[in-house]
Amino acid sequence: MNTEILSPVLIIVVTFIIAVPLGKYIAKVFKGEKTFLDFFAPLENFIFRIAGTDPQKEMDWKENIKALLTINFLWFLWAIVILAFQNLLFMNPDNIIAMEPTQAFNTAVSFMTNTNLQHYSGETGASYLIQLIVFCFLQFVSAGTGIAAAALVFKALSNRSGSNLGNFYNLMLKSCTRILLPLAVIVALILIFNGTPVTFQGAEQVITLQGDTVSVARGPVAPMVAIKQLGTNGGGFFGPNSAHPFENPNYITNFTELASILIIPVAMIFALGYYLNRRKFSVMILSVMLLGFICLAASSIYFEMNGNPEIEKLGISQPLGNMEGKEVRFGPSLSALWGIATTSTSNGSVNSMHDSSTPISNLMQMLGMQLNAFFGGVGVGFINMFVFIILAVFISGLMVGRTPELFGKKIEAKEIKIAIIVALIHPLIILSGTALASHIWAASADPAVSLKWLNNPSFHGFSEMLYEFTSSGANNGSGMEGLSDNTPFWNIAAGIVMLVGRFIPIIGPVAIAGFISAKKFTPESAGSLKPDSVIFGVVLFSVILILGALLFFPGLALGPVSEYFSIMK
Amino acid sequence: MLKNIKQSLILSGMTIILFGIIYPLFIFAAGQLMPEKSEGSPVISEGRVVGFENIGQSFTEDKYFNGRPSAVGYNAASTGGSNKGNSNPEYLEEVKTRIDTFLVHNPDVNKKDIPSELVTASGSGIDPNITTDAALIQISRIAKVRNLSEVRLEELIREYTEGKYLGLLGIEKVNLLKLNIALDKIN
Repeated sequence: MNTEILSPVLIIVVTFIIAVPLGKYIAKVFKGEKTFLDFFAPLENFIFRIAGTDPQKEMDWKENIKALLTINFLWFLWAIVILAFQNLLFMNPDNIIAMEPTQAFNTAVSFMTNTNLQHYSGETGASYLIQLIVFCFLQFVSAGTGIAAAALVFKALSNRSGSNLGNFYNLMLKSCTRILLPLAVIVALILIFNGTPVTFQGAEQVITLQGDTVSVARGPVAPMVAIKQLGTNGGGFFGPNSAHPFENPNYITNFTELASILIIPVAMIFALGYYLNRRKFSVMILSVMLLGFICLAASSIYFEMNGNPEIEKLGISQPLGNMEGKEVRFGPSLSALWGIATTSTSNGSVNSMHDSSTPISNLMQMLGMQLNAFFGGVGVGFINMFVFIILAVFISGLMVGRTPELFGKKIEAKEIKIAIIVALIHPLIILSGTALASHIWAASADPAVSLKWLNNPSFHGFSEMLYEFTSSGANNGSGMEGLSDNTPFWNIAAGIVMLVGRFIPIIGPVAIAGFISAKKFTPESAGSLKPDSVIFGVVLFSVILILGALLFFPGLALGPVSEYFSIMK
Repeated sequence: MLKNIKQSLILSGMTIILFGIIYPLFIFAAGQLMPEKSEGSPVISEGRVVGFENIGQSFTEDKYFNGRPSAVGYNAASTGGSNKGNSNPEYLEEVKTRIDTFLVHNPDVNKKDIPSELVTASGSGIDPNITTDAALIQISRIAKVRNLSEVRLEELIREYTEGKYLGLLGIEKVNLLKLNIALDKIN
């Protein structure tokens, strides 16, 4: 029997089992109830006292968004300045040079927006100091920002009336100290125990058994890998990310890191159920997410394990499956599952090279990012889903001829308009970016020599560009890395797409939540829509699929779908 | 607004210290309890460091068990994959050349038995492993070069095989560095 399929199943089961108590715990943190980690309280209070913040002071949605944008802007400034001058600073044993300005812009935006698109390569582009005080730091607080934004929406949905949604500063810091930090410490220790290094010594010269001289890059890897997995960040210490044997040495670390990608996004939905005391509602959302996730993952696993038809034509065997760009210790099934987990959650770490995945896997990876709602990023995953829920409520309302309402609050024109704008901006930035890049490529004379962007010809080359903008728009950060993306055009274009793709989908839904919160509550009656019913789940799933398919299918048909038919057996 | 900026500035500064400095230093300190592992698990043979347990190195000579092709020539200071797409004709030509080269070095092997991992590049470019089967098909070549019996080599591979967890999970493989060190010790 082929046992390779057991591991993916086991990972998903284990993740869900851990996510239930974690969700309950997260709900308590948001509500400010007692937890076993209250020993952090003096530290948090100390920080708030110095900053002059009153964590108990509740703010409406506008004040919260203002706080969120202000602090994010400061993080951006911090990152870009340090990146541009890393050569002048200390803790740089391998003498890494400063980042070129557009690359520094792209990287600063990328880490601030929780994207972690990397147009540099870790071991040659960033000093140890940068990896810690810029990347590791932003991987915490950008994830904390997403979780806090979700907490604001939670509060709005639970409010009977009033416009107070909680305090962003308080929620952001506690998301970091109470949720991310303890998990990161556990994961980092598991990694070190299994061989992930944590050292401040520079690269070591070694003469190999065969007599070659090689230099082996190392560094404080373990702490960064832990948080990049948990915070759906994805920015690796080394270029190949978790395909690198130091970032991900064996089966156990792969299991841990894969589960870490999914754990908080899943737990957030359980947290919603506990927070609102509507557990059936969270089960409904999770069923929709899980169904979508399994469709994507199953297709990708199937095609990776079947191998590359073009390699089969060469007359050799593919006992494992498609192995180009993959590591023997993971094999195709776990690489495929990772590819889907990382794209549907906006994580963006990889344990195999997506550029060398089979075309159908590329299709599923891109769909994962384009729909961006099957679990989604920490916090923002739920927020994306919230937009789809508003749209589904609206459509259901139209179908039965009643004013759409959610939890006893009317959903009116203003909310629907915002939801539609948010839902349409995502495809707009992705598709117009890809169109612009394709146009530049097509309009230049001999682009393979003058632009040198693409590593692969034909349909696959188009996929590389579509993937890059999809990944930026979804704040994912993975890439089909054959694309030579460290050029001013890609640095700036992807940077802008990341900014729009991060903040519009946070501001819009939080605003909707703010409006809903302030509305008059009417008790649910027999005629009200039941958002926790199976039928609503079906409507929700259909809305996601139809919206996604209609908007993205033409683009996908030009890339991975065409490539698939061109190499079919 | 000014109050917002002041709060944000101080909060940022404190969190940089907490998550950018204290957290990694705490993990670093914990790592000191496992000093070998936190240095990357160096492998020592005949009194010198010959590599790191998990970092693959280039084995291309006929007397060693050969590893996978690498897009970066096993350069562990600048790692990466080939990023070639499944349909790329240049890439497929390259794989074809690798198959031919493999057959020249291993004349006893049937083309259809060559596992694809031996002619495709890994994601990291420093994959430390090959599957047990990919090691077994190299036996006859190594036996001739080293004048060893094939049975002895098969035993060696079995001894260095890292099996599946609980007999079910993962992939049966060998660590090439450890296997080749052991191989050198036989002669």
